Amino acid sequence: MTATAEPEVGRARRRKEDARLITGRTRWTDNLQLPGMLHLAMLRSPVAHGTITGIDVSAAREMPGVIAVHTGADFADEQGSLPCAWPITEDMKSPAHPAIAVDTVKFAGEVVAVVAARTAAAAVDALEAIDVGYDDLPVVLDMEAALAEGADLVHPDLGTNRNAYWAFDSAQAGTGGDVEQAIAEAEVVVRRRFRQQRLIPAFMEPRSIVVDPTGEQYTVWSATQVPHVLRVMMALTLGVPEHKLRIIAPDVGGGFGGKLQFTPEEAITFLMARRLGRPVKYTESRSESLLAAHHGRDQIQDLTVAARRDGTITGLKVELMADMGAYLGLVTPGVPILGALMFNAIYKIPAYHFGCTNVFTNKTWTDAYRGAGRPEATFGIERMMDELAVELGMDPLDVRRKNWITHEEFPFTTIAGLTYDSGNYEAATARAVELFDYEGLRAEQRRRRESNDPVQLGIGISTFTEACGLAPSRVLGSLRYGAGGWEHAQIRMLPTGKVEVVTGSSAHGQGHETAWSQLVSDKLGVAFEDVEVLHGDTATSHKGMDTYGSRSLVVGGVAVVKAADKVIEKARRIAAHILESSEDDLEFEAGKFTVRGTDKSASIQDCALAVFAGHDYPEGMELSLDSDATFDPENLSYPHGTHLAAIEVDTETGAVHVRSYVAVDDVGTVVNPLIVEGQVHGGLAQGIAQALFEEAVHDEGGTLVTGTMADYLIPSAADLPSFTTDRTETPSTSNPIGAKGVGEAGTIASTPAIVNGVLDAIRHLGVRDVEMPCSPRRVWAALQGARDTAPTAPGPGGGLGSIDATDPQEEVQ
Amino acid sequence: MVGIRVTVDGTRYDDDVEPRTLLVHYLRERVGKVGTVVGCDTSNCGACTVHLDGRSVKSCSVLAVQADGREVTTIEGLARDGTLHPMQQAFHENHALQCGFCTPGMIMQAIDLLGDNPDPDEHQVREGLEGNLCRCTGYQNIVRAVLDAARKMSPGAGPDRERAAEQAAPVAGGGE
Repeated sequence: MTATAEPEVGRARRRKEDARLITGRTRWTDNLQLPGMLHLAMLRSPVAHGTITGIDVSAAREMPGVIAVHTGADFADEQGSLPCAWPITEDMKSPAHPAIAVDTVKFAGEVVAVVAARTAAAAVDALEAIDVGYDDLPVVLDMEAALAEGADLVHPDLGTNRNAYWAFDSAQAGTGGDVEQAIAEAEVVVRRRFRQQRLIPAFMEPRSIVVDPTGEQYTVWSATQVPHVLRVMMALTLGVPEHKLRIIAPDVGGGFGGKLQFTPEEAITFLMARRLGRPVKYTESRSESLLAAHHGRDQIQDLTVAARRDGTITGLKVELMADMGAYLGLVTPGVPILGALMFNAIYKIPAYHFGCTNVFTNKTWTDAYRGAGRPEATFGIERMMDELAVELGMDPLDVRRKNWITHEEFPFTTIAGLTYDSGNYEAATARAVELFDYEGLRAEQRRRRESNDPVQLGIGISTFTEACGLAPSRVLGSLRYGAGGWEHAQIRMLPTGKVEVVTGSSAHGQGHETAWSQLVSDKLGVAFEDVEVLHGDTATSHKGMDTYGSRSLVVGGVAVVKAADKVIEKARRIAAHILESSEDDLEFEAGKFTVRGTDKSASIQDCALAVFAGHDYPEGMELSLDSDATFDPENLSYPHGTHLAAIEVDTETGAVHVRSYVAVDDVGTVVNPLIVEGQVHGGLAQGIAQALFEEAVHDEGGTLVTGTMADYLIPSAADLPSFTTDRTETPSTSNPIGAKGVGEAGTIASTPAIVNGVLDAIRHLGVRDVEMPCSPRRVWAALQGARDTAPTAPGPGGGLGSIDATDPQEEVQ
Repeated sequence: MVGIRVTVDGTRYDDDVEPRTLLVHYLRERVGKVGTVVGCDTSNCGACTVHLDGRSVKSCSVLAVQADGREVTTIEGLARDGTLHPMQQAFHENHALQCGFCTPGMIMQAIDLLGDNPDPDEHQVREGLEGNLCRCTGYQNIVRAVLDAARKMSPGAGPDRERAAEQAAPVAGGGE
């Protein structure tokens, strides 16, 4: 076997993963059946805030097929408190977080009892026989009301609904000027309040957990994106020694941050398996998933931009309120902080202040959702760039050009203290403008305005960057994050010349098996087909930090490359021995060591076999080529791009149509363009969904009214356009691959592009803002001038127009 | 319990089921066809789509007893002797899947769609897949794959057995 002539990196390889996924030979957690396995069903509180006055499970215990029924009281001494790994400030208020409620419930959807039965159906049947008494307590839903003096409290023992206040100030940090001074001296000041609505990650595979307690180790299968994090957290929380836990993330059907968690359901399933001594399985229904799997976003942003009349920004002030929901999950309080260093985006802003107040409410807790903090920041700044342009009467692209970092200025240390290693905003924008026909569409826009066309055209712009490759461990430490940001890889050279790659990254749709094979094929000169990538099982991949934050390639992939380098160095020694040459005289290329100036060579497979046989090897050499590497990045990576959207708004109905969408992304060096394009497409869909369709809505009692897929509007194929995607390629200088990460780019960039486009279409008709999702109802109401912002209350099925939750009589078309 | 006789992917099964058992649960839990998955509980997502007598159905919306005496084809029954169905091949070639959870239902629905309309345009493909949700791909490559498969399949092309079934029941698609 020799290397392929064409380099693997950069090649549009069809994915290895597909073979099993397109034929149904899949390993979803819910597929598992083990001998004697019991099925769990969980009873959830319908009350958003209340005291549990009593739970009667006696009737449920008598139901056919039921083996056990337990409540929080049964596990109070062993369930611990679900961990928050990101205490963002020293004085952060952190409530106890029971997996199963013991005496109070804090949001509708919290688990209060669990049934184990011989079939899943029998378990669900038994839920109806459980009688729970609740005394209602006041429900806290609105963030501003929650912060008011004398407000009802979600956690009375904390004495406040304020979880924490986190701030960054450029004057204090010494990275820039004083923003208050900048505002006082500004020629133009633009203040806006934006709302980032609450979203639900809504991965396609509902969460499922199987725990088998019958072996020496507890084996836990979970539909998680973080098997390694889960192992540590489970050990720390549930009093099970870490080495007695084996976590397996088999095929996992999407995550988007929603499976970056140690969930109550995982804890409860483990507790039940341990209590019963039998394998147990829990698979949530979609309704449970939407209700109780963590939500995302949910911020109110108060933004102030100070500028000169020529468009130069002189200061940016950001004050956020972020809804934590009822509890803190793994990284809940840190999500808005991930945006703190990104509001300044691609712009040279001389004075910057960021403050964020985290607030508890009686809702499902929020946590990571695709982009986590950075979509919120990007939305805020990109909306403000347009608002500033309107204020100054400038083309919004020109305002951006006026302020962005030019390509000659890299590396560039920002006002937030990050060092952007590379980028070329001019190139990406030029390409996008060309593909989009910016001037042509502006001309059409003018014509439609002049002719009072009922369908108006808007152009939405987003010139974004993001911080990816989470993250240098020291940076995480400085942000008080509970762990590091390194990644581990191992390469095993098998006797027959095949290669196993073990990775701590934990794919759930990203295509790592393919991309890692491409990396290793190039490095070691082995065939793509000869590489097997192993992941998602702590017994094989013992060490890892898993997959989130666009980190897999730029951290985990680099670890793979570094492990391959070590393999080559070990092989060099045995190759020199085989070839009776000095190591210094050997060249390694395309899988072969060649003695310089001769045709004598030994392949890496020859070396693997020689090490396996062990008959003849250099004195003192360890008989193995297998190598480990742990890579801790030195810097974040900074993908960027320019997205342009042509938006048609029907002024008679409020309907919004995305006519065309151009995304030019710069994600650095590309390992597999097919996978990159797919990530961009999917990211765009989710970002557009936030702009136009999706919203998690609670009624005044704290009940989620978007608790099914009929009400929470995940867009279908019929709701989305075809995207025009292209790339510029400015390699990252912070890692040897040159990649920057692509998982979140589309989501981060597209939301403000769409909303800017909607407003650009109808601003001349007197509309100043439309809250997300920009449903026909909201757009139409804004056009009627009913109110100038926040025209309508949120409703279920909001995006496509549905029934108003607050007024069931009102049918909205 | 009710006795049913169902042919699944070419094999006949005789089973007793509870009247309330959904076809998807019967397929997964009794027949072991775990390639067909459950993605929601309101028949919105389409992940559980299979063919019942050659027509696509959401198997969460069909009772197992309704399949009595009928023929079910799942994602696991499409490939024949190691040869992928052209739709499966097109999904692979066009990178029409990421996590793959929606893929079985999406492929089954896409085949049904081409049964109805062997030469659809992009708009018709998007409309035809409206009942199947995907969270990963943004649909663009799924649409591309279906159009690609349409080009490569003559009307009714595919594995012999499916073609035979479709000829016996000429309405190969529909569902609405």
